[in-house]
Amino acid sequence: MELLTILLEIGQGLAAVGAGAAAIGAGIGVGRIGGSALEAMARQPEIAGEIRSNMIVAAALVEGVALFGVIVSLLVAL
Amino acid sequence: MMLGGFTQRSLQSGLLLVGLILTFSVHSQEHGDHGHGASHHHHDDHGHEPFEAGSFITNHIADAHDIHLFGDVHIPLPIILHVEGMGWKFFMSSAFEGHGHGDKKMKLGKTGKLVLWGEHPEEGRNPGEITAFDGRGTELEVFDASITKSVFGLFLVLTLMLLLFRSAAKSYERRPGQAPTGLANFLEPLIIFLRDDVARPSIGKEADRFMPFLLTIFFFILFSNLLGLVPFIGGFNITGTLGVTIVLATLVFLITNFSGNKHYWGHILWMPGVPVPIKVLILTPIEIISVFMKPLVLMIRLTANITAGHIIILAFTSLVFIFGKSGEAPVAGVGIGIFSTAFMIFMYFLELLVAFLQAYVFTLLAALYFGDARQEAHH
Repeated sequence: MELLTILLEIGQGLAAVGAGAAAIGAGIGVGRIGGSALEAMARQPEIAGEIRSNMIVAAALVEGVALFGVIVSLLVAL
Repeated sequence: MMLGGFTQRSLQSGLLLVGLILTFSVHSQEHGDHGHGASHHHHDDHGHEPFEAGSFITNHIADAHDIHLFGDVHIPLPIILHVEGMGWKFFMSSAFEGHGHGDKKMKLGKTGKLVLWGEHPEEGRNPGEITAFDGRGTELEVFDASITKSVFGLFLVLTLMLLLFRSAAKSYERRPGQAPTGLANFLEPLIIFLRDDVARPSIGKEADRFMPFLLTIFFFILFSNLLGLVPFIGGFNITGTLGVTIVLATLVFLITNFSGNKHYWGHILWMPGVPVPIKVLILTPIEIISVFMKPLVLMIRLTANITAGHIIILAFTSLVFIFGKSGEAPVAGVGIGIFSTAFMIFMYFLELLVAFLQAYVFTLLAALYFGDARQEAHH
């Protein structure tokens, strides 16, 4: 096959790799948030509700950054 | 606590303003972009086409010129075009001839033609776009200002918001001094929450000035997200369109920077207490970039979250079709179908949470930026 076709296919395949890397980032980030939240709830169960709300907000912000990567991959692949 | 006349009036005017601005932003050109992806187009033994998940997904999250309910049932929408040399054209999308997913054509003037590209357009065309050709086949420039599916959905959301909040406000007027009932009772905790837990902690004493905008943004994003989740009505994707979220982010950008006071600009351009070389070379450029980056991130966060949610739900749905259509190994098809549907229902619940959460996060960050803009000296 032509070099150009091969490169194009590699480009599309790399988009998938990029999306996967973004997922890794999201996983690590949100995992850490959840972990610290659980630890904090174990230390002070009375404010578990507050901790839960703040955890969800922080998770939304971190996911936003990870989804940056997903959008770029989508733009490349489609 | 009662919502006084001030909040009622500001809600209405805020709504109308945002609605007007958004209307002109949405004829989104995010038509399914270069739809074929990597899937091949062959016919299998039974003579019907195999299911192509890639184009199925892109055509469901992209905008369209009509509302495709199921099979061949479409709700036509008005198409408004300006064709170079021929002026404005108005017609319903049902005027196009053609069925299924192929390209649709119609006559333009005496000799020309309009083509509405289908799911597998020719090279360089995007599905859902309209191109005009004159009698000799030369392409004419088209400005598409149609009422597309997203614009129609936007009008739906605005109508819903106007109805809901007018009726809630009127019920406060009819029953002065009493506890609210019905719709007002349902909306009040949300509105009080936004005022007391989002706006006032972030902005301080000037919070009430920004409340109309924050309330409008919150409910608009919330209802648009929820509308996108309702199945069977044609699949709306209003907040998942960059065209809509960029307008929301631009409004936040404009309000933040026009209400910035001396301390806000001082902290951006010449922050006190930092050595001059660091200020000039590093911090001030970073701060200037962040003035533009913060609304941009708001825009991408909202679009990406909503679109990603829709894509996941569509992907699980298409799993069922991929394994079901081939007809081989029916046991695998049924098993995967059950698993896939269960997972899709779970994803719907997650998307419900995301709908509320993204509206809340957008509003919270907007409130934080406004509070930052109206900061007082604190040395």
